[in-house]
Amino acid sequence: MTSVSVRDLSLSFGAVTVLDKLNLDIDHGEFLVLLGSSGCGKSTLLNCIAGLLDVTDGQIIIHDRNVTWEEPKDRGIGMVFQSYALYPQMSVEKNLSFGLQVARVPQAEIDKRVKRAAEILQIQPLLKRKPSELSGGQRQRVAIGRALVRDVDVFLFDEPLSNLDAKLRSELRVEIKRLHQSLKNTMIYVTHDQIEALTLADRIAVMKSGVIQQLADPMTIYNAPENLFVAGFIGSPSMNFFRGEVEAKEGRSFVRVDGTAFDVTAYPASVPLKPGQKVVLGVRPEHVKVDEARTDEPAHQATVDIEEPMGADNLLWLTLAGQPMSVRIAGKRRYPPGSSVRLSFDMGVASIFDAASENRL
Amino acid sequence: MDNLASKSALKRHEAEDTRIKAGPRGSKPRSALSRRNIIVYGTLILVAVYYLLPLYVMIVTSLKGMPEIRVGNIFAPPLEITFEPWVKAWAEACTGLNCDGLSRGFWNSVRITVPSVLISIAVASVNGYALANWRFKGADLFFTILIIGAFIPYQVMIYPIVIVLREMGVYGTLTGLVIVHTIFGMPILTLLFRNYFAGLPEELFKAARVDGAGFWTIYLKIMLPMSLPIFVVAMILQVTGIWNDFLFGVVFTRPEYYPMTVQLNNIVNSVQGVKEYNVNMAATILTGLVPLTVYFVSGRLFVRGIAAGAVKG
Repeated sequence: MTSVSVRDLSLSFGAVTVLDKLNLDIDHGEFLVLLGSSGCGKSTLLNCIAGLLDVTDGQIIIHDRNVTWEEPKDRGIGMVFQSYALYPQMSVEKNLSFGLQVARVPQAEIDKRVKRAAEILQIQPLLKRKPSELSGGQRQRVAIGRALVRDVDVFLFDEPLSNLDAKLRSELRVEIKRLHQSLKNTMIYVTHDQIEALTLADRIAVMKSGVIQQLADPMTIYNAPENLFVAGFIGSPSMNFFRGEVEAKEGRSFVRVDGTAFDVTAYPASVPLKPGQKVVLGVRPEHVKVDEARTDEPAHQATVDIEEPMGADNLLWLTLAGQPMSVRIAGKRRYPPGSSVRLSFDMGVASIFDAASENRL
Repeated sequence: MDNLASKSALKRHEAEDTRIKAGPRGSKPRSALSRRNIIVYGTLILVAVYYLLPLYVMIVTSLKGMPEIRVGNIFAPPLEITFEPWVKAWAEACTGLNCDGLSRGFWNSVRITVPSVLISIAVASVNGYALANWRFKGADLFFTILIIGAFIPYQVMIYPIVIVLREMGVYGTLTGLVIVHTIFGMPILTLLFRNYFAGLPEELFKAARVDGAGFWTIYLKIMLPMSLPIFVVAMILQVTGIWNDFLFGVVFTRPEYYPMTVQLNNIVNSVQGVKEYNVNMAATILTGLVPLTVYFVSGRLFVRGIAAGAVKG
């Protein structure tokens, strides 16, 4: 069942078009992440769904109700902001109950809901405090609580963890996931952090200049990016790209880059590769094997430029086919700079894009 | 040989070490009478004296009797302190027909200032809030017109306003003057509030809207409690501005409603009899007492508010 549906949504500020005929359907209970770099229109889309921005064209349907012209409060949504947006002069309790008091909910009901939200988020001891007396993590908990007491089915998160330090961020990330698992609400979550997107989402919508580039579950986004932008955006360090030309020889296909030929026969192309076609070969750092190829297997010789040990992993930066690339190996395998290595590629999980259209082949 | 060389090296090292240890440690000593200090504090003291001297002369003179003033040394402290001039300035000095001193003007000024300040701040803060948070159609045009209004010289508008007030039937009354002060305070106050509200986090406003709060609820429950500093700034600007106003007071009211400043002018400039410098000084200080008190009481809040506005606006 569809929970939130965005149909042909357009938004422009004067001559600037931010969103153009955007369509998006979000299932009931789904955790959808809008992912993109700043200025891609992801927060704008969220604000449109919330009713904080007036759309230029199109419709927004929440729970089979056309809410395109409704006020935010009447849309059945709760929202959590990046800066927490707690009312500074009110205690935590007042912050939680403000919306309910505005809506003239009976006091007994307000108390019940505030108590429940405080229990779920474990902020009971903080209820009498002012926001200024809370830490960042506690503030964001209260902000989530404010959405919780509204008893709504759709939660909107606008980069809720961006203002927190790394440790708190991962803690609260887990907490949001737990919250989603127990409440089973529809959640729409805007972020520029791919780790948050990959860990939290049921589906990710990767956005660029107001257009959804790919909408799929995290593993599909990661393993089979639809185009060059998604491939480059997801993954850290970024996917290694080699621009070259397709060649066919003795029943095998190759991508030739600057004199180096990559055997891509194993690549599961959805569109057959044509000889002479200009393509971009993309290989994730962890899909490159170092010194594991048998002597009769195809392999490429390269020299380690820089080694970045990261504990669990070890990152090697090398030069291949005239361009820098990175390789991720187990942390205990060490290769000091200058080491000579044999690289072999797992083409079964690589990506090949058409150089002109930048779409996956 | 090797041993010897290393020994001498060690010795050199030790000597170096002691020299470093004996060297500077802790906070750097500063001389109180350095050239820099003399220049800085000297200038400050000079300027402070320059500004405070007139006030000193006024206070001293207001406490002297007329015979003592005629002696001529205006800087000399009073030989015999008398409060007679103060009483006279407040309750007995003559302006035109009536001889009840500044007290009448004081109460007129209160009756002008209080409503003008309250109304202008109330209206301007709502203006600023609407302009900053509710971007209605034509908001920019409205704002531009308002700001341009601030640059038109008062003199140009005086006669048209006289006509408008006459047509409204409030010319010469306190109501008319309150209306004029409210209108003339609008551009600068609206700008002040708009910038302050625009500096508050936008997400707070959004959160309140999601919570279902409307225009007035957000203004009263969210924005107002966060805006004390800017209200203090606006209050100080308006109280001092309106209290010190002379031009509007003299143009738009009748003599019985003259504000304190106009009354003061009439006392000081009355040509009959001898010039009573002590009474004039006392009257002047009395008139300036209100803005002075406002500054002293809320000066710190004022600076804080201006600074907040400067950073965020």
